[in-house]
Formats: sequence, C-alpha cells, structure tokens
Amino acid sequence: MRAYLPQFELITPTALEDALKLLAREPGQWEPFAGGTDLMVLLEAGKLAHQRFLNIWRLKELHGMEETRENVTLGALTTYTEVQKHETLQREFPLLCRAAAVTGSVATQNRGTLGGNIANASPAADSPPALLVYDAELELLSARGARWVRYAQFHKGYKQMDLAPDELIARIRLPRRANVAPGFSPASWGWHEYYSKVGTRSAQAISKVCFAGAAQMANGRIADIRIALGSVAPTVVRCAKTEEFLRAEEKLTPAAVQKAQEILAGEIAPIDDFRSTARYRRRVAQNLLGEFLGSAVR
Amino acid sequence: MPDAAKVRIAFRVNGSEHIVHAWPMARLLDVLREELRLTGTKEGCGEGECGACAVLLDGALVNSCLVPALHADGASIITIEGVAQGEQLHAVQQAFLEHGGAQCGICTPGMVLAAVNLLEKCPNPTEADIRNGLAGNLCRCTGYMKIFESVVAACKQQR
Repeated sequence: MRAYLPQFELITPTALEDALKLLAREPGQWEPFAGGTDLMVLLEAGKLAHQRFLNIWRLKELHGMEETRENVTLGALTTYTEVQKHETLQREFPLLCRAAAVTGSVATQNRGTLGGNIANASPAADSPPALLVYDAELELLSARGARWVRYAQFHKGYKQMDLAPDELIARIRLPRRANVAPGFSPASWGWHEYYSKVGTRSAQAISKVCFAGAAQMANGRIADIRIALGSVAPTVVRCAKTEEFLRAEEKLTPAAVQKAQEILAGEIAPIDDFRSTARYRRRVAQNLLGEFLGSAVR
Repeated sequence: MPDAAKVRIAFRVNGSEHIVHAWPMARLLDVLREELRLTGTKEGCGEGECGACAVLLDGALVNSCLVPALHADGASIITIEGVAQGEQLHAVQQAFLEHGGAQCGICTPGMVLAAVNLLEKCPNPTEADIRNGLAGNLCRCTGYMKIFESVVAACKQQR
C-alpha cells in the first residue's frame, strides 16, 4: 500500500557541512536521498524503512569529475547519463559506461547516481562489478573527517556496508592503470574488456547475472586479469581465486578455461529467487567467463 | 514522529510559473495531476518501469513517479500538454497520428516525450538509437513497430 505522505520528511541542507553536522547530531535518523530511483519505488510500495530523508541531490561538492595523472575521481552524485558522456571514462573505463548504458533506461539514467547505486547495496546492481574491476575506492565523509576505503572491501554482507550512520559516500576514485599514460586507451596496451548483463531484456530488467572482466594480453598470455560479478552472491564479488589461477597459466588452453570455470563456481554463491535459479546463475556465470576468455585470446 | 510540514515549491510548467504547497515526499506526478490538473501525464506502474509518467525536467527525461516534487523547485518542466505549440502539433505528435503510433493512449504521453527527448539529443537516430531512446516506455497495444515508424517519420519531417 502507498505510504502516508505526511509521515515523511525530506529536508534540504544548503551546504555539505550542514548535512554532515545533521548526520553527526542524529546519526541513523536521517537517510541520504539522491536521485530517488530506488527510494521512491519503496515509498510507493509503502516499504520505506526510514521516515526522515536528507536531500543531498543539490550538494555541489558531491557532483563533478576530476582527473589527475593517477586517478579519475567522480562525485557520488554522478548520474549514469553523465558517466556515459564522459570521454575519459569511455576511453579508460569502458565497462563503467557499458554498465551505465544498461541500467534502467534513459529516464532512470538521468536520475540514478553511482553513489546511490553503491549505497542501495543491491547485489544485482549493474555498475558495481565494473567498479570492482577498476579497483575503485570510496571517499566517506563525516563531521569527523574523511576516509578512503577500497570498494572491494566496502560491502560486508547483504545490504551491509562499511559506512557509519554519520557518513556520506562523497566520491568514487578510479585509479588509472599504471601503464597507461593519460590520453591513451588501455586497449592500445593490450587490455581487453568485457561486460555482459543477462536478464529478461537489456533495458529496465534487473540482471539475473552480471559479469565485468578486463584482461591484459601479451603475446597470447594473460599478463593481468580482473573479474567481478553481480547477482551471484549476497554482495557483488571480485573473483580473486579465478584471477590468480588465470594469471599463473602459461596458455589459455580449453582445459585451463574449464578449470577457471570450476574455480569461479566456488567463488560465487547464487540463490534461487523470483528472477532466476541458483543453477542457472552458476552455469551462466561460468559461460560468461568462457565467453570473456575466448574473446580475450581472439 | 509528528507530521511533516508542507513545503513551498515554485516551478515553471509548460512556460507558466506555478507555486504549490506539497508534502516533502509528494511525487511530482501527483502534484502535476492533482494540484495543476495536468492529467495528460499518466501513472502506469508507479515504480519507474513503464515510462507513462515521463516528463522533461530541465530538459532531461525523467519518470515523474520517481521524482519528489521538491526536486522540481526552481525547475522548468514540460509535460505532454506543453509539447504542441498552441494548435500546432509537434512533429512527433503528428507522426503518431498519421502512422498509428497510439492506440489506447495510456503510454502515448510518455512515449511522445521520450521521442521528443530523443530527437532533441539525437536528430538523426539509427533504429538502435530509437529502440534505446524508447526502451523505458512500455506499450501493450501497438507491438512498438508503429511507434518506431512514427519516430522515423517525425525525423524525416523535422529535416
């Protein structure tokens, strides 16, 4: 049933500092509200867990993008539309652009934000596997100060995050790959990137399995490889054991690919739910790994 | 918690200035339909899946069921009622009429706004661009082909 509207507060701080002070004064009382593409769905369904929301949508400190020699840093309120348009991201972090393009549809992409996608903490979210592949780091701000955490260590369990009640996700930092000079494409350094979202349709649908992979190839060998999946565990997962195995292989033989697929199955923990089954998800995750590796050596 | 207080929201809708007082989490969709009586904007799913409630908010296509009206404070909005210039239909509207792009009509306002938005951002779309631009708008009548044909016809008309 639809929520009773007078119960809900949505207050707009004029500055980031005011927002952080309020979060510090009444920690856990105020839930940040950005583009609203997840929270408004819960409102209409009468399932919002909070009643008091902090409108951070217009805090300019949480918008914008910055490039240095080492990193590209995105404000947490960067929308999917902004991600897709950004030339440096297109060139150096194409998986993030691909993920943004298959998240919802145009109207969702204009409102949905990377920070919101992270804080919503759905294991089925589309951009987190790309963020994991790119070794993203998050800046968490509070009145106590700022700290940076590795995104790979941010999700602690289903909907559980390394985020204190008085903290806001402020920025997302993507390290530029060490051997890539700014302005050059990772592809010219042998990086092959692969993104696949399997769902009932490519737009709108929430994924049954989502796969992001990047492999640096040198003379037919894997020099570096990164693999992350969504919708196959209580959180999005980076598959370190599979990566480690593949890095050590001399050659990507069919036997090596099969062994990698077996290791991958041990690193994920899919479930049956209304979108798919554990069996289907495990099989598809393995098939996507096979397709990724096949396309990397081609 | 005691009830929240209504908030003042000033915005421009289809070129006219409006001030409304709404609950902080009121949906833009409801404010447009119930306060301003602009009932051309439809509610389909109410969860951002169907696009029937699409409007342009500062030039960006949004689903008004997922936007708190508060986020429209100070903004400029175009609803389906503001797409035609007086009696002169927009090329997209004219094409929908001529090519059977509308049947029952529930999806049509959102579909037209998504198409108008697509042609503004991408005046010469490929078929893939059209399918992508309208991917968030569901139609249960037409089977989509007549809608895509209408958008193609509108592009030719605009050239």
